[in-house]
Amino acid sequence: MSAPEPAEISDLIPASLKDGAAPVFAEPWQAQAFALTVTLHQAGCFTWSEWANALGAEIARAGDADLGGARYYEFWLGALEKLVVAKGLASPTDIDVTAAAWRDAYLRTPHGQPVELNAAGTPAA
Amino acid sequence: MGTEHDHHHDHHSHDDHDHSEPPADVALRVKALETLLTRRGYVAAEALDAVVDMFETKVGPRNGARVVARAWTDPAYRQRLLETPTAAIAEFGFINRQGEHMRVVENTPQVHNVVVCTLCSCYPWPVLGLPPVWYKSSAYRSRVVIEPRAVLAEFGLLLPNDVEVRVWDSTAELRYMVLPERPIGTEGMPEDALTSLVTRDSMIGTGVAHAPGQASTR
Repeated sequence: MSAPEPAEISDLIPASLKDGAAPVFAEPWQAQAFALTVTLHQAGCFTWSEWANALGAEIARAGDADLGGARYYEFWLGALEKLVVAKGLASPTDIDVTAAAWRDAYLRTPHGQPVELNAAGTPAA
Repeated sequence: MGTEHDHHHDHHSHDDHDHSEPPADVALRVKALETLLTRRGYVAAEALDAVVDMFETKVGPRNGARVVARAWTDPAYRQRLLETPTAAIAEFGFINRQGEHMRVVENTPQVHNVVVCTLCSCYPWPVLGLPPVWYKSSAYRSRVVIEPRAVLAEFGLLLPNDVEVRVWDSTAELRYMVLPERPIGTEGMPEDALTSLVTRDSMIGTGVAHAPGQASTR
């Protein structure tokens, strides 16, 4: 399996969050959000410029230029959610409900067991 | 990652929690997006894994290497690392915001330690980076506990029979890191140079530190 090269998307990441050309993540979810963006882009779900615009808008909306800072990937995730919604891939409600379902799955799973989402992806009654 | 489930750790000695601790909101939202977009066929779980795998060495594995090299060269630091590991690691500024405690287990000529734990909440990512894909596999998680020598042999690590193998199972509250043995022939090497000999796998216990001159891969 040859890993795809997300050169373009890496270009958007400020130098302070990179090691040379490669991004460095502070927490695993950041890498997952990054990977999801790269994969969606490569699948043709959105173009490079659409992503750049979405991320730029999110950073501008936040109003503080925390580029290279701890909140960078929060902006990234916000932009990804908005673009996914704008493209009709998922609705805000879908995302809220599924995130709640994951939280619920953690809370009801005995420690030491695999945490699994039920098939419907909805919170347990 | 990209699958419909998330593994928590396997217990041998069960301790406290009656449920699994949910990750932070941002992590839950990323998981929600992954779930929705893979279920709907927009992305393939394998493609996601491939991208994460490519960057698995980019979340701080060099942090752990710096800790190990310091412990090799500074006996007082080594002692602090073994006795108060969370604080000793924090001396470098490597702090886990989720507040889990670290425990460092030291390899010796008589004892080889290996760590098993799982995706998300049971990997010491501030020092080791993202878990490699094999680490998350059910094969590794189940087999390393039952037949650690056979699993280590598959990693190319053949241990003499008189070396005791200890398998450490991480919990949500306690993360393990292996302090590998300092390679022979590194006497007098400066700390910076030693850092490059410390591999990720040597800090998980599925490998040993490189000998001087050996290329650092994983």
